[in-house]
Amino acid sequence: MQSTPINYFKLFAIAEQFELDVASLESNFRKTQSANHPDRFVSAPASEKLVAMQLATLANEAYSVLKSPAKRAKYMLEQHGIDAIADTNTAMPAEFLMQQMEWRERIEDAKMARSITELDEIASELKLETNSLINKLHELLDIKKDLASATAVTRKLIFIDKVCADIDQVIEQLDD
Amino acid sequence: MALLQISEPGMSAAPHQHRLAVGIDLGTTNSLIATVRSGMSTVLQDDFGHALLPSVVRYMPNGDIVVGHEAQAHQSEDPINTITSVKRFMGRSLNDISNKAHIPYRFVEGTDSTTTRSLQLQTRAGLKTPIEISAEILKALKARAEKSLGGELVGAVITVPAYFDDAQRQATKDAARLAGLNVLRLLNEPTAAAVAYGLDNAAEGTFVIYDLGGGTFDVSILRLSKGVFEVLATNGDAALGGDDFDHRIYCWVLDKVRETNANFSPLTEEDTRLLLTKARQAKEWLTDNFEAQIVCKLSNGTLVDVTLTASQLVEVTEHLVSKTLSPTRKAMRDAKLNLEDINGVVMVGGATRMPHIRHAVQEYFQQEPLTNLDPDKVVALGAAIQANILAGNKSDDDLLLLDVTPLSLGLETMGGLVEKVIHRNSTLPIARAQEFTTYKDGQTAMSVHVVQGERELVSDCRSLARFELRGIPPMAAGAARIRVTFTVDADGLLSVSAREQSTGIEANIAVKPSYGLTEDEITNMLKASFNSAEEDKKARMLAEARVNAGAIISSVSAALAVDGNLISATEVEAIEAEIKKLQALTTAEDATAINQAVDTLNHATEAFAAARMNASVSRALAGKNLDSINL
Repeated sequence: MQSTPINYFKLFAIAEQFELDVASLESNFRKTQSANHPDRFVSAPASEKLVAMQLATLANEAYSVLKSPAKRAKYMLEQHGIDAIADTNTAMPAEFLMQQMEWRERIEDAKMARSITELDEIASELKLETNSLINKLHELLDIKKDLASATAVTRKLIFIDKVCADIDQVIEQLDD
Repeated sequence: MALLQISEPGMSAAPHQHRLAVGIDLGTTNSLIATVRSGMSTVLQDDFGHALLPSVVRYMPNGDIVVGHEAQAHQSEDPINTITSVKRFMGRSLNDISNKAHIPYRFVEGTDSTTTRSLQLQTRAGLKTPIEISAEILKALKARAEKSLGGELVGAVITVPAYFDDAQRQATKDAARLAGLNVLRLLNEPTAAAVAYGLDNAAEGTFVIYDLGGGTFDVSILRLSKGVFEVLATNGDAALGGDDFDHRIYCWVLDKVRETNANFSPLTEEDTRLLLTKARQAKEWLTDNFEAQIVCKLSNGTLVDVTLTASQLVEVTEHLVSKTLSPTRKAMRDAKLNLEDINGVVMVGGATRMPHIRHAVQEYFQQEPLTNLDPDKVVALGAAIQANILAGNKSDDDLLLLDVTPLSLGLETMGGLVEKVIHRNSTLPIARAQEFTTYKDGQTAMSVHVVQGERELVSDCRSLARFELRGIPPMAAGAARIRVTFTVDADGLLSVSAREQSTGIEANIAVKPSYGLTEDEITNMLKASFNSAEEDKKARMLAEARVNAGAIISSVSAALAVDGNLISATEVEAIEAEIKKLQALTTAEDATAINQAVDTLNHATEAFAAARMNASVSRALAGKNLDSINL
């Protein structure tokens, strides 16, 4: 067996581009799992079971990466040898950093005020920001092939994902 | 034991004989066993026509062990030796149990000598772990199935609450092994319910399973599409169920008694059990009635006579109902869904019969919940369907379950913080690696502490296991690269390995939490429980080895018949030679030799297996080819 890793897009037979054919991804993910899941090989020899297990694990990983815009962009850059979150890639526009701090402060305030409504509001603003970054990534990765700019946008997207995860966590704490 | 028919190499395998497999719902209050007969999933009944086996185990003065209705009937007279709701103690230490004072058992902290931190119960039959007590329930169900199906079981799918952590899952699997069951799979209860519901109603779309049992609450959100049941998110509370409603009523009754009798003395264990039973009966009565009379006489002669109305029940249990909505909201957020995305809400578990629970769920989801399946039976029915498939029986239901891990898994890092390696709601099976480094110059060992939970501090999460990676070459702090890999299998069970990258030094652990039994303990308990002679054991091993060999020969032969062209003629011949050797051995009496030949055949088919898998992916994706797989 060769040792080059299988390309996630090829695994699900979809076009290798940032703009995603979600319907094909979902249906091919189910097809792949239906054909190869370990549950299909319960009475098969151990060697086949092992391969099935590994393939199912790989398919799950690939699916979770492709479904998430931030992870998908990071993965596409990796295919070009770029590590979007490498320590050498730390430069962020001051403006974006300011905005980050502003979001963080608002989350902190909402947490103190125990306001889930305000947190939901911040989350929906971040959703708008996310959508605009996704549009930019489509343009930079699929049309202009401008990897350097795409890397900067991907970093922003990863940061915003983290802020969103933090909001979810705060909401959860308040909910308990 | 039924032996498989063996076909000649190159011929297609003979049709399999129907293999007896069961689904078991090991519940807090009641347990059930079901099987697929003539294509229909059916719950098996006892000789008296009962489908439900009360999950109650009584240790008798004469050494007998009684399980079910008979044990339940005596729970108030003999509470210490009659264990109910043992599921709440599975994989738990004494510290984990709240309101111990109101549970009429003699708890004993697990000791180091038994290598377990699991709590134990002092009974007249000695110290019992929850695993041993659960095994008695499973044995009773197994006996019921073998009697009713007239043969030995090939295996069982056992359901567990989706929100059970690794320790609780491991404990359940240990109990099944102790009962002599071959566990085909641990299946999450809401997923099992979704299978039964989905197949019955030919449902497609996004469904919520709201499962409130006797002691546990689960909520799962699934997408049903063309036979694939994909769990999008799951959440819950592993210590919230119908029992807690009983307990609230019990406290309310005590308050009432104290209103008129200020000098009311502390209760005996018998009184506690009696009042809890009365509370449960009142709760059940109020499902169809406006008020329930609670009348009984306590051991000191106090007469209890109070009336509980439906609206009082709502009042005293309101916070319990809202406690189920918080996990429900979390699951919806994790699945990234809005209320209008939900096509149906299926109610599962006896406790969902309570009208105020149905109202609360209806109000939250803005749609009437689906209650057309028996909430007590649906989990066992779904488990039986999955068991039938996993046992290798041909089935019309071409279904596949993709479940998730309910709780995040991580490692302790500096400062008692948790670094999450696998996030909750990741689809199984999953493997994920993370690199860590040393923090001191010349550090040669690293202690790996595996935890489960959502919180940031290790002290707020459940500790699953600790192990050490030794022999790291002395380097400057931060220079060593230690790769820790977490793997969670389809049962939801975790194994962890650690490897220092430059030297390849490795440490592995199947996370056998401190709450479970060790391999030795299981072996000893099994030995003690088998009265059969050594001869019987040998015969059993030989029969099992032959069944195994038969299964492999027929599957490899069938595979060669279909896909033999994927490998060279020489490779085919090599595999066929191993099949012949194994076939010859199956007629002899040596189980060890058969097992070795099975291993050799397995080994010989590795390349063939990979080739088939590649071909199968390509077929699934209509002609696309895999360049290679790096696994």
